[in-house]
Amino acid sequence: MSQVKEKKTRTTQKKSSFDKETYMRWFEEMTLMRKFEEKAGQLYGQQKIRGFCHLYIGQEACAAGAVSALKKGDKWITAYRDHAQPLILGTSPGAVMAELFGKATGCSKGKGGSMHMFDKENHFFGGHGIVGGQIPLGAGIAFAEQYNGTDNLCICFMGDGAVRQGAFHEALNLAMFWKLPVIFVIENNGYAMGTSVQRTSNVTDLYKLGSAYEMPSEGVDAMRVEDVHEAVAKAAQRARSGEGPTLLEFKTYRYKGHSMSDPAKYRTREEVAEYKKQDPIEQVKDTILKKKYATEEDLEAIIDKVKEQVEEAVKFAEDSPFPDPKEIFTEVYAEPDYPFIMD
Amino acid sequence: MRVIQFREALREAMNEEMRRDESVFLMGEEVADYNGAYKVSQGMLDEFGAKRVVDTPITELGFAGLGVGAAMNGLRPIIEFMTFNFSLVAIDQVINSAAKMYSMSGGQFNIPMVFRGPTGNAGQLGAQHSQNFENWYANCPGLKVVVPANPYDAKGLLKTAIRDNDPVIFMESELMYGDKGEVPEQEYLLPIGKAEIVREGQDVTFVSFGKILKVANEAADILQKEHNVSAEVINLRSVRPIDYQAIVDSVKKTNRIVVIEEAWPLSSIATEISYHVQKHAFDYLDAPVQRINSMDVPLSYAPTLVDGALPNVERTIQAAKAVLYM
Ligand SMILES: Cc1ncc(C[n+]2csc(CCOP(=O)(O)OP(=O)(O)O)c2C)c(N)n1
Ligand SMILES: [Mg+2]
Repeated sequence: MSQVKEKKTRTTQKKSSFDKETYMRWFEEMTLMRKFEEKAGQLYGQQKIRGFCHLYIGQEACAAGAVSALKKGDKWITAYRDHAQPLILGTSPGAVMAELFGKATGCSKGKGGSMHMFDKENHFFGGHGIVGGQIPLGAGIAFAEQYNGTDNLCICFMGDGAVRQGAFHEALNLAMFWKLPVIFVIENNGYAMGTSVQRTSNVTDLYKLGSAYEMPSEGVDAMRVEDVHEAVAKAAQRARSGEGPTLLEFKTYRYKGHSMSDPAKYRTREEVAEYKKQDPIEQVKDTILKKKYATEEDLEAIIDKVKEQVEEAVKFAEDSPFPDPKEIFTEVYAEPDYPFIMD
Repeated sequence: MRVIQFREALREAMNEEMRRDESVFLMGEEVADYNGAYKVSQGMLDEFGAKRVVDTPITELGFAGLGVGAAMNGLRPIIEFMTFNFSLVAIDQVINSAAKMYSMSGGQFNIPMVFRGPTGNAGQLGAQHSQNFENWYANCPGLKVVVPANPYDAKGLLKTAIRDNDPVIFMESELMYGDKGEVPEQEYLLPIGKAEIVREGQDVTFVSFGKILKVANEAADILQKEHNVSAEVINLRSVRPIDYQAIVDSVKKTNRIVVIEEAWPLSSIATEISYHVQKHAFDYLDAPVQRINSMDVPLSYAPTLVDGALPNVERTIQAAKAVLYM
């Protein structure tokens, strides 16, 4: 069963309490993520980007609504679908694009690649490639914040596929038992590669899994950035007041295949079209126009500016050097003179 | 010098380091209230409180990963596995998270943490509780693997491991926790990657580590007494990195080498040393390298089957005689 039917009934028009500045920010950030990923997809086709490449297109509201609801100092961690988040956390598009190219100027110095973006300065704790592996890490990041008595939290993203891993359940149990300041976010885009949520368990309302650990949990229409913001803000307040974690299920959709090699034959064209009708960026745009926060022309100007940024990022990546082969032996150990086996 | 137990040496190391550095904490099953499954952490809850000596449910994957996340975010966790047999349900976090993070992040996130607990057989515990994974972990770049052989090593190496800025696998033994040995009162640290020549000798080199070093020492005693053979015994102390230089230097002197190790033979530390010695001391060897490992089978329960499968003094003496053509 597809999610389409369920979706229709869920979309409700709520009165918005967000100001012009917030909407304009959302529009620009989500457009940046969208345009960046469209470009990455093209460049993959041209073989400038190699390896695996998982695009975020369709899911932009998940990141944008969370960024606006959180504060500097909060820590972010996610799986391998990780190009977009750093872009709106402060990492320069050039550094993310250069990482995709495998260049020395990439945000992980060309050592991470598409699935392993990292930016410590902007509190982005990475891109992780083992499905579910980042979930205990997220709990640990939050453990350190609690240990140090800060008011920071960790927001830990995962896909719908990841909730079937033991790591998810172990991390949720520990986090809830110790009231760690963490927000677990399931980005439920309906599929883990070609396997729909309905084909993985009897429990398909994924937020309900939190109840096994008495964790406050909630499903969120994540095509609506406002709903995302509100849910994250509420969870953040819980985390900061010492009440512990929240599990949020963001109901979202990826427009493209799982990775660049996936033609996505396991779903219908109608299903994709149905979701595109609720496009998160279009929804923000509609609100902006309706509220007269900006004109079509203003928004076009923003899109042009973002496209330019992306072009600059590509140029930066193109012009950057690949890492020197002697970098093979740097940054494997923090110890500077580790004796590698050389024969 | 003062004599203390192996477990006390470990405890002193943790206590001293936790007093020295607020960011160090101990986490694992039964480490706090119960005072440690093998009483290594006895009294630590009382001194440091539940914030820093943390009992967990039986959830190795969860707390190993949580430890790595805490290390990414500035803490210095000591994660105790009740035994390393159980680390297998957490091995994803050790290999895919801890060992990879520094490299994968282009040097942004190092993992200053210790995974510690007992390794190897400990009497008749059956096949699932009697395994050695020193060589498994040693195979993986990004990790360091330390295997102390006595209380003195245990304390000096654990203190270094806790201060190390990379993830360290620290492998003890249930059978050693009660062992007594001299440990100075004053503070000391032992470097990781530096072997110790336990006894000097001329005729054959024994290389070993961990509790099996006892077998090497006993065999060396008997060879000296009964056969007038002088064996040089090297205690590796760590198997990643390996102090190859100490081994090669010794082989250049004795021209013969036997490696004694508890793990299974295929792709063992012994195999690695054999490769290195043939490559770097080929012209000095007067006999093929010999290795003594556990038999290539799961360890069974019956005492006869245990005794027959483990490295022992008799097999070691035989191997020494073989390389000496005696
Ligand atoms: C432990 C593990 N098993 C399998 C894979 C291969 N794999 C990569 S992504 C993926 C699907 C995950 O889907 P989901 O969690 O829903 O995230 P999404 O791709 O939809 O963002 C699979 C099976 C993996 N990376 N790790
Ligand atoms: Mg999915």
